[in-house]
Amino acid sequence: MSDEVRSSGYPLWEVFVRADRGLNHVHAGSVHAPDAATAVQAARDVYTRRAEGVSIWVVPSSQVHAADPDEAGDWFDDVKPYRHPTFYEIPEQVGHM
Amino acid sequence: MSLPEDPLLAYLLRLGDDNLIVAHRLSELVSRMPELEEDITVANLSLDHLGQARLLYSYGAEVEGAGRGEDQLAMLRDERDFLNAVLVEQPNGDFGHSMARQLFVDAYQVPLYEALVESADATIAEIAQIGAKEARYHLGHSSAWVIRLGDGTEESHRRMQAGLDALWPFTEDLFAADHVEAQLQQSGVAADLENVHQRWVTTITEVLNQATLTLPVDEYQRGGGRIGVHTKHLGHLLPEMQNLYRTHPGVSW
Repeated sequence: MSDEVRSSGYPLWEVFVRADRGLNHVHAGSVHAPDAATAVQAARDVYTRRAEGVSIWVVPSSQVHAADPDEAGDWFDDVKPYRHPTFYEIPEQVGHM
Repeated sequence: MSLPEDPLLAYLLRLGDDNLIVAHRLSELVSRMPELEEDITVANLSLDHLGQARLLYSYGAEVEGAGRGEDQLAMLRDERDFLNAVLVEQPNGDFGHSMARQLFVDAYQVPLYEALVESADATIAEIAQIGAKEARYHLGHSSAWVIRLGDGTEESHRRMQAGLDALWPFTEDLFAADHVEAQLQQSGVAADLENVHQRWVTTITEVLNQATLTLPVDEYQRGGGRIGVHTKHLGHLLPEMQNLYRTHPGVSW
């Protein structure tokens, strides 16, 4: 096997797993794979082998754009309690919010 | 002894031994895959087959009623008592070679288990429910690799074809049937291996077409596994697999 097909040569994919019906897909980790179909299959074996999920998404890591960690202070340390909707009661029937 | 007198026990050992031996071959690949992801996959595949073997042996032990359990059936029988098809004992080669064996096995187990879901034997039908789901996933995995390698580079195509050609002479043993299957088929317990064979040929032909590979034509076929006559490779596999249990009889882990 030549060097260029070893794992360093395969693109990275971010894996999102939905644990159950009604829940959101949550980031689980990442896999290396040559294409999307293989990435989904690899994600199934790496992240749902103990029945952790009912659905998988994969996204090319290169397509994930992140906030600049250097600006985290300016962006996220902005605590304003009145912005939390703590004055509402959520009926139990609504389920996962 | 090699073939048990009770056809149901013989049938369960044929199905169980296929799974145990291919599980062992897959376990040999763990830590040797080109990718970490694929490494975890082969471990999963191996454990799926081991799980199927355990269910079949447990039921076999119950049917036999001789006080043997699944461990004794797996670890204390000799080469001539194993009734797996000779295909599954064939050693791993390069990745394409190993995937060729898995494709042949998976394309067999899917129609086999899908037929056994309707078995008149409730326990076999229940095991087949689990087996069918797993086998369909396994087939998706092996066929994807065979297609990717066959329709890949010149080198991957050459190696994939070489793997298929090398293992082809061991494939018909999967479908070897005798009085065991005939008798159990009459009572609706066993699967009709002719139907299974037809579906197998269809699947293999479709996958190889898509992979731009050629269906091997070698007419020589090596059979005998179903009556305990094996290729030399099983004789090497068993001591390694059974060593621990035979050194410490009755050990549990």
